Amino acid sequence: MSVVPDTTTKITFTNNDTALNTQGVQFIINPYDELSLTKALELTEKHGGTVTVATVGLADTDAVIRKALAIGAHDAIRINAEPRDAQFVAEQLSHIVKANAYDLVLTGRESIDYNGGQICGLLGAYLDWPSVNVCTKVEFENGQMAFERDIDGGRQAVSVALPVVASSQKDLCEPRIPNMKGIMAARTKPLQVVEASSSAQVITHQKFENPPAKQAVKLIDAANAGQLIDILRNEAKIIA
Amino acid sequence: MTGIYAENADGQFKKAILEAASYAATIQNGPITAICVGSPNASEAEKLAQYGVEKLIVIEGIHAFDAQQYAQAIAKVAKENGLSTLVFANTYEAKSLAPRVAVHMDAAFASNVIAYPDNSNGFVVKRSVFSGKGYAYVKLENANKIIALTPNSTDLISKPCSISVQTQSADAFQAKTKIESTHKSSGKIPLTEAEIVVSAGRGMKGPENWGMVEDLAQALGAATACSKPVSDMGWRPHSEHVGQTGITIKPNLYIAIGISGAIQHLAGVSSSKVIVAINKDPEAPFFKAADYGIVGDAFEVLPQLLTAVKA
Repeated sequence: MSVVPDTTTKITFTNNDTALNTQGVQFIINPYDELSLTKALELTEKHGGTVTVATVGLADTDAVIRKALAIGAHDAIRINAEPRDAQFVAEQLSHIVKANAYDLVLTGRESIDYNGGQICGLLGAYLDWPSVNVCTKVEFENGQMAFERDIDGGRQAVSVALPVVASSQKDLCEPRIPNMKGIMAARTKPLQVVEASSSAQVITHQKFENPPAKQAVKLIDAANAGQLIDILRNEAKIIA
Repeated sequence: MTGIYAENADGQFKKAILEAASYAATIQNGPITAICVGSPNASEAEKLAQYGVEKLIVIEGIHAFDAQQYAQAIAKVAKENGLSTLVFANTYEAKSLAPRVAVHMDAAFASNVIAYPDNSNGFVVKRSVFSGKGYAYVKLENANKIIALTPNSTDLISKPCSISVQTQSADAFQAKTKIESTHKSSGKIPLTEAEIVVSAGRGMKGPENWGMVEDLAQALGAATACSKPVSDMGWRPHSEHVGQTGITIKPNLYIAIGISGAIQHLAGVSSSKVIVAINKDPEAPFFKAADYGIVGDAFEVLPQLLTAVKA
């Protein structure tokens, strides 16, 4: 699970544009991870088992982890480190997966902060498990996993025996919202904090910037809307 | 040495692959090697040769997509051919493969890359982050590097050379995943690779009115997209949803019809080169993010646009 800025956040940077300005930013469960959590709960309700939420983050992510527990996860593991890049995060998670007997790992299609979209594939490679990306269906059928995933220009149904790692795409399920009972229960659910193992840094962030501001919009009269096409062809030269 | 993964899309190399070739040949400042899985159509290698590919290595003996098997085979060929930098086009297939190849090659990996590297202090690339609300400059610290290049980010650069095609058999491997069925929408331009996108929102009032959106898209050779509410209500498939929790796109032209322009939507489209907003509300936030705007009713504006395109 990734902990990310709320989708309505206006993103700005600080420290000479080397870090996200977190002042006033509300942090949430990455929306795709929320789908993974809900789907994992649905699967355990149908087929048994438990759901563990694992995240790489510092103590300030605990409030969001408690929310995942309130939604219904049975326990949580926080690897106590800054999630500095996807390869670091996936490697840390792979140690957790190896140390426990998980047979299905669900990640988000991507996090909505750094958008790497890497964790599913990286975990698959670190664990030497198969990986199935961008799934709109994740079910356990006839003793194996049945997925539907988005591919370039279409959809594909894929089956595979456990263990497997898969990533969630919109439409997988309706994300659950915590209720009062869940929020009360979450306070006493186990949240284990483990230290990260060392690994070489492969990516360093040098600088951030915001997209350049747009110049004032050029308005075209609705009564003469066809003029737009003329402008796109001859002024912007963007269409043939 | 720099190489590319030339994704084999039903025997063809798409424009995004040729962009990756141009990018890699520019980094290399010379001809490059391409790796593909499964035999492409006969004339396709020549397409690569136009953009600086002097060697195409075709991996044979894999008959269905399995990320684990593909990644192992690609990494092996890359290593055997001394490729230290490998460029992918950032498609769904690449998103499945590139992270796995990075692990096998012990490479640093950056996805969603939108510009050429800056080599003045190490290897630094610009990538889009926060779903389009920002850019990050990241340094790839390993000797081996993998880049997934966002389609439409860089130009095709003609660097014709002669190409040799080699085939190589994949190692025996029992793929664990099994493809049960594949559905492709024929003739549609994939949204992430489209140069022109016509997108519509709640202003269209109902799914039954999408015909005029599709007509305009077809006339322009564009892909269709939609806003989050429209996909949430089931008017359009989720695969068309652009925005922070949908797809981030970077077309040359983005036409937004009846979409107000919430921050989450703008995040997914703000990197488009030219943005047109059509909305009957002059206060719609989209007009602040657009290059051109029409304040008017979509049902009156769209037919005029269609006529003008066909003229």
